[in-house]
Amino acid sequence: MIRRRFNGTVDVLQLKDFATQLRRDSLRMVHHAGAGHIGGSLGLADFMAVLYGYAMEFDTENPDYINRDRIILSNGHTCPPWYAALARTGSIPLDELASFRKLGSRLQGHPARKSLPDFVETSSGPLGQGFSVANGIALSQRLKGNKTRVYCIIGDGESQEGQVWEAALTAAHYNLGSLTLFVNDNGLQIDGSTSEVMNVEPLDMKFASFGWNTRVIDGNDIESIVRELENIDPNQGKPTVIVGKTLMGKGVSFMENRSAWHGSWPDAEQLKTALREIGNSRYYTDFSITEAENV
Amino acid sequence: MFNTKMPMRDMFGKALLELGSKNSDVVVLTADLTDAIKTTLFSKAFPDRFFQMGIKESDMVGTAAGMAIDGLIPFVTTFAAFATSLANQSVRVSMGYNEANVKLTSSHGGICVGGDGATHQSFEDIALMRLIPGMTIVVPCDANEAYNATFSVAKYIGPVYLRLGRIPTPVITKLDDRFEIGHAKVLREGNDIAIVANGMMVAFALEAADALASDGIQARVINMHTVKPLDISVLKSAVDECSAIVTAEEHTIIGGLGGAVSEYIGSYNPIPIERVGVKDTFGESGWPDEILKKYGLTANDIANSARRVLTRKIGRSFS
Repeated sequence: MIRRRFNGTVDVLQLKDFATQLRRDSLRMVHHAGAGHIGGSLGLADFMAVLYGYAMEFDTENPDYINRDRIILSNGHTCPPWYAALARTGSIPLDELASFRKLGSRLQGHPARKSLPDFVETSSGPLGQGFSVANGIALSQRLKGNKTRVYCIIGDGESQEGQVWEAALTAAHYNLGSLTLFVNDNGLQIDGSTSEVMNVEPLDMKFASFGWNTRVIDGNDIESIVRELENIDPNQGKPTVIVGKTLMGKGVSFMENRSAWHGSWPDAEQLKTALREIGNSRYYTDFSITEAENV
Repeated sequence: MFNTKMPMRDMFGKALLELGSKNSDVVVLTADLTDAIKTTLFSKAFPDRFFQMGIKESDMVGTAAGMAIDGLIPFVTTFAAFATSLANQSVRVSMGYNEANVKLTSSHGGICVGGDGATHQSFEDIALMRLIPGMTIVVPCDANEAYNATFSVAKYIGPVYLRLGRIPTPVITKLDDRFEIGHAKVLREGNDIAIVANGMMVAFALEAADALASDGIQARVINMHTVKPLDISVLKSAVDECSAIVTAEEHTIIGGLGGAVSEYIGSYNPIPIERVGVKDTFGESGWPDEILKKYGLTANDIANSARRVLTRKIGRSFS
């Protein structure tokens, strides 16, 4: 089934519910894997929910659908809500989420094109690289005359990489209006707060001076995300950056705004508390983890 | 010995132009080195498929990977040092791990880059590219082979490193010679010793073989234009029939053609081998002839290595 770009009326409650489930899935995935990056993942869930629940055009049956919008998760470590969104929209089997980070899994700890070529446009992990690849896809799509959108997600810490600014030059120089960059800007990175480790703010002014359209929003507010994505005019000849102020660990009190949760995962007790705080979805049920897998 | 000399990059530029008119998927990216890599012809003929990326090689390789993933055939062009060392992380992940159909093409590969000196001399590039799984590495021996290789590289599906030199070098192949990636060519028969060479060193290998012949030594000369994957069948025959090998390359003797051949021989049948190439050192400014002599990359160096290897093989002196 083809999901059209910005199609129909927005059901904010439904999108929020979708984000809730992406959070539940992410928590259970990293807990089951015994490894992963839950902090940034929880902060990204709302943007991911809007992309897959409303903004992006794709075909659930045909991953090669020519008019599909592209998503590049340049900070690949926040992949759990992405994998969950793929599963919840029927692109990959739901129970496959339990294989995250396991030997032989298509759901690698950092997204791998080799193992999931239908959905992962580019392998990402070394920061800064996905952004350049996103530009390349957007340039190629324009050369072919396709009117698709390209969404690229980076972290605020990621923007310490020089290649981010190389790619920012390219997108502006080539007037890539079809490209939207979302900065999952939670102000934290592994070693502490971004402002202490290596300050990157004000990101919006930096991008503006590079020739970009810029927006700063609450990146965990579904309505703001919807509004800003709807407002983008891909024909204006400028790329757009949405600096989404997000909360690391959003939705789980003991994880929120703590850099220790960048690369950690909850133990059984913490998972129970976290899931209770996140709450249940009205539409979805949790994916199953078989006894054999649950070791 | 060879009267005609021509830079490989000139014929690469000519081939690109022809490719451009035959295949609308072919695109070219440069990092402020349009004329240095001879992509000017392409850029004028197909301006919408030519992408000036500015001086930012990592971004250029990543952008090209995106284009390849979307179905285009991008030729990424810059100097060897920047393509393989500066942009190495993009080559490793965006191009290599993604198995993106990018054609990373360098000029200024090797030690003969004129007076530019050590920072611009790239003789570790092939070793760096060999380490990336799935990377195909092609090192043409002259301008005509560079022309033919360009078409083969475009046709081949997968990441490729095409390495060209800067200076005019002897033309030893013909335009209508057949070129196949992974299929080495025996340019001269002989069973006393085999000289396995690539790039501009192939011409020197043929010169060395002539010199050796005057001493009654018959050297087989192999043009191993594809370093990865190596042509094992041609190499195996050389080991079985000659039992002595000299490699010759415009590259460090660590990790390039000499390294690859040594690895093979070490595990198949350890026969005497010497590697002619740059030793474990940085380069310096100087004219090509001076540089080649100082760093031990002449026909004479190859012939001397051959005599030493033969001494080890037979047990009596050939020096």
